[in-house]
Amino acid sequence: MAKRSTLKWFSIILAVSLVLTACGSKDKEDKASGDKAASTGTGTTTEQTTTDTEKKEPLKPVELLNVSYDPTRELYEAYNKAFAAHWKEETGQEVTIKQSHGGSGKQSLAVIDGLKADVVTLALGYDIDAIQEKGLINQGWQSKFESNSSPYTSTIVFLVRKGNPKGIKDWDDLVKDDIEVITPNPKTSGGARWNYLAAWGYALKHNNNDETKAQEFVQKLYKNVPVLDSGARGSTTTFVERGIGDVLLAWENEAFLSINELGPDKFEIVYPSLSILAEPPVAVVDKVADDRGTREVSEAYLKYLYSEEGQRIAAQNYYRPRLQSVADEFKDQFKSLELLTIDNDFGGWQEAQKKHFADGGIFDKIYVPGK
Amino acid sequence: MAGAVTAHLSEEASVRPKHINESGFVRFVLIGVALLFLTLMVVLPLVTVFYEGLKKGWDVYVAALTDSDAKSALKLTLIVSLIAIPLNTVFGIMAAWLITKFKFRGRNFLITLIDLPFAVSPVISGLIYVLLFGAQGFLGPWLDDHGIQIVFALPGIILATVFVTFPFVARELIPLMDAQGVQEEEAAVSLGAKGFKLFWHVTLPNIKWGLLYGIILCNARAMGEFGAVSVISGHIRGETNTLPLHIEILYNEYQFSASFAVASLLVMLALITLVAKKLIEWRGSKWQSKSN
Repeated sequence: MAKRSTLKWFSIILAVSLVLTACGSKDKEDKASGDKAASTGTGTTTEQTTTDTEKKEPLKPVELLNVSYDPTRELYEAYNKAFAAHWKEETGQEVTIKQSHGGSGKQSLAVIDGLKADVVTLALGYDIDAIQEKGLINQGWQSKFESNSSPYTSTIVFLVRKGNPKGIKDWDDLVKDDIEVITPNPKTSGGARWNYLAAWGYALKHNNNDETKAQEFVQKLYKNVPVLDSGARGSTTTFVERGIGDVLLAWENEAFLSINELGPDKFEIVYPSLSILAEPPVAVVDKVADDRGTREVSEAYLKYLYSEEGQRIAAQNYYRPRLQSVADEFKDQFKSLELLTIDNDFGGWQEAQKKHFADGGIFDKIYVPGK
Repeated sequence: MAGAVTAHLSEEASVRPKHINESGFVRFVLIGVALLFLTLMVVLPLVTVFYEGLKKGWDVYVAALTDSDAKSALKLTLIVSLIAIPLNTVFGIMAAWLITKFKFRGRNFLITLIDLPFAVSPVISGLIYVLLFGAQGFLGPWLDDHGIQIVFALPGIILATVFVTFPFVARELIPLMDAQGVQEEEAAVSLGAKGFKLFWHVTLPNIKWGLLYGIILCNARAMGEFGAVSVISGHIRGETNTLPLHIEILYNEYQFSASFAVASLLVMLALITLVAKKLIEWRGSKWQSKSN
């Protein structure tokens, strides 16, 4: 009797697992056909043409992994489609680009820990330097592509609630007692480091370059921060979705995107009198690209960011383009304002990182959680 | 047959003698509080998942589920569960058998080790594998030289999932097998049964309900695990994102309806497991009452 029930029971388990496996293999087929299409499926035309010609092409399809930071999701979703089409036309080769997004510092660590990225497109040079130090990227990566290997730039702006109820206009409004500021953690987020340095630069300028005064200023500012998220996108969600805070220090593109996604009736952008020129750089991860034999297409992938099409996609996603013709086209979108630069005003990322963000640096001294 | 250890209500529980029964009012309040609590904590959030998922209409819902990234996340989640659960089932039965049927030195130590994943935060469970198998880790350089990719790939995700879910089966079986003792096995041995035959005809039928429950818990956790998998996955879209990670990504991309739609898929997977469990239990008890 016991035997009968056991048998029955095992046949049920067997049946269930068979059904599950069947689902699994069906997915596989679906994926194989769906994979070549970019993730949302809006580029149906590209997908059609690419799969048609694939059969005749001798070149093997290639796959790239682009490890990027938080706010570039929409940018690379659009750019990857454009590049795949361009590459197909140039070489006849099928290219699929996979994306991974997260806080810039975290992503840099993942690559160091073995995430096999062919290219990295991070928020700031320091995070790529960190990968270079481990020998995965060759020295001098920043001069490999034009304009400091930063195909697009951005800046830091304020996003406030509609009508600007607290009347926030400039950096000195952020240190007032009744203001809650939302910004991510400079230890893990690239955007947060730009935010911090912009505030520091403003304070220096308005206190005759007195560093003690500047330190007091940023200390006061971070006292007004109720929650430090680990990435820029996390902070945006805190501000726009959870409704915490009076002002979000945000990438310009991230601010535009929030307004687009969630309605211009809810938020508005405030440009401070001075901000920082953020140069999110790109690099080929030499070791991975050489191991996987993807150097050529990786380099082309990053280079095409500088082309007119690449620049236009960047501008459409609210990154400031480098190419003059595209910049002119979008000049109404980007307000010109006084911008500090990391190299001229802060002595480069290595120095800024050591002074402000390394363990025991100024940020560690001024930030007291929960105060 | 003392099989079912959990959630098996006996008929006697509801018929208590009058003199030890509570007054109608007390019963009403207790039941009311329990129902209210359940509604607030379980039913309402569940309904919200489906409501939010369907808010923008059926088309958006279907599009979210048929998106290629969602499909690959579903596939990955199922693959991981299908590998982790059999591993943990075999391991759980072996460990429970060893611990309850034999006395040996280090037995308590083994029990503590089995409990470890319950005590350790899932994030740490993921991190230890990155530290061990990552490129900067202890075994990383060797693995890299041999072209073996563990972290930020399928093996790492499976490892982390197995780690966080391995106590479920063993933990479910140990008290059960402990209570059953070894008499039936001894009787079987005296009749000439040995080894696998003993296990298949005597031990397994005795523990099957407990085992099934353990497997179901294990499955639920394996499909829903976030922390450990998040650390080790590398978040490559369409490749190393499991369903829970995919839900987070959608949410962060302002695709709220899509993220709830995928969440509802995960909920449905959980509901299917629960229904399957109920069905098997019901068939089991029917057969049991017939044979009695």
